[in-house]
Amino acid sequence: MSHSKKDEIQVDHNHDGVDRRGFLKCMAWAGTGTICLMSGGVLKSYSLSRLAELDPSQMKGELSFAQISDSHMGFNKAANPDVVATLKAAVAKINALPTPPEFLLHTGDISHLAKPEEFDTVDQILKGAVAKDVFFVPGEHDFVGDDGQQYRERYAKGSKGAGWYSFDKKNVHFVGLVNVQNLKAGGLGSLGRDQLEWLEDDVKSLGSSTPVIVFAHIPLWSIYPDWGWGTEDSAQALSYLKRFGSVTVLNGHIHQTMQKVEGNVTFHTAASTAFPQPEPGKADSPGPMKVPAEQLRSLLGVTDVNFVRGKHAVAIVDKKLNQPDQVSQENQPSNY
Amino acid sequence: MNWYRNLACIAFVVASGMACIAVTRTAAGTEPNAAAADATEVKIDNFTFAPGTITVPKGTTVNWTNRDDIPHTVVAEDKTTFKSKALDTDDKFSYTFDKPGTYSYFCSLHPKMTAKVIVQ
Repeated sequence: MSHSKKDEIQVDHNHDGVDRRGFLKCMAWAGTGTICLMSGGVLKSYSLSRLAELDPSQMKGELSFAQISDSHMGFNKAANPDVVATLKAAVAKINALPTPPEFLLHTGDISHLAKPEEFDTVDQILKGAVAKDVFFVPGEHDFVGDDGQQYRERYAKGSKGAGWYSFDKKNVHFVGLVNVQNLKAGGLGSLGRDQLEWLEDDVKSLGSSTPVIVFAHIPLWSIYPDWGWGTEDSAQALSYLKRFGSVTVLNGHIHQTMQKVEGNVTFHTAASTAFPQPEPGKADSPGPMKVPAEQLRSLLGVTDVNFVRGKHAVAIVDKKLNQPDQVSQENQPSNY
Repeated sequence: MNWYRNLACIAFVVASGMACIAVTRTAAGTEPNAAAADATEVKIDNFTFAPGTITVPKGTTVNWTNRDDIPHTVVAEDKTTFKSKALDTDDKFSYTFDKPGTYSYFCSLHPKMTAKVIVQ
């Protein structure tokens, strides 16, 4: 595989194989289509324009899935009068991914007001995705009015408590958490004791080399508490995952992409398919952010996740709805 | 709008000296007012309840109107005393405070939104 030395992260202050300065640099490029490939803790970054130089076995990954979030079906205000169209565009973007996703994760706020017709519409649109299996976690909008009863009947049969569960795909362990129930006045997202006890038990017999992917609606790291962008008891949840070599946390709620690496844990939030929200502190409140119509799709998107076994590498690529689709594998030049 | 109806009611009371029952469009947990002149308005906009603190005499009906472009709820801190359904833009909720006390409340969708009603 050819790549220039300057793409490989060299500085390792914490002696844990992760160059945070390099990752921050990588994060800054993420919006323009950069792949940050973490391989055994060592971070390499590649811009999508240099895909041709990459070893396909590095890129293809053994496990591919896509994350969508915050479809807010039923929203119809100025920030996006047609959330059906943008969700359909998100599905089209998923269907055009170079490596077809095997399944989807939806990180919540499926509906805008937890109305049956809103859930029905999302279900119908997602039927058009190339990946037929969708795993959900609820957002606070999905729990409005009935504390999640409809949500659980539709999307979380066989789950525990408010709707948490886990499953395995190709020896990668997925955990869906609910942090939008029983929110207290003035509080942040909350997992609660029952769920934390379940989580501790759920992962305790897994080998530390098992990759773990946790997904939940509200971010599990503290992004901006003033706007409720954090989870009160996430530190305890993460303490149960400390021993694992590769942990990825996928969230939604904030309607913009953001990443952070802390030790072996990569945190990532997805864009919404419905409307963007302002960056932390850049507006009076975290409400829907109105932008000129031609800019809207550049602020909405899906996330493509590829997992390469053996190297604990997770490639997380955000795809904005206005980006052109990549050329498919068959059309690549032979030296790719 | 409620306050037009209330204003008309007050005029009627003054003119005729009779009690006026104003029926306001409400969600669960409210009763028709006997004296409409005590109603107080709280506007919800920009993820804020305004005014954040209001002080009213007991028996007052407080009316909330959501002017934001995102839904909010009006839920007592104890989650029992009063609890609106989801209020979309222009939806309203009312509650009549019969007992004195301090009633902290919040939006259950956006729990950082807090406010209170002091009833004397």
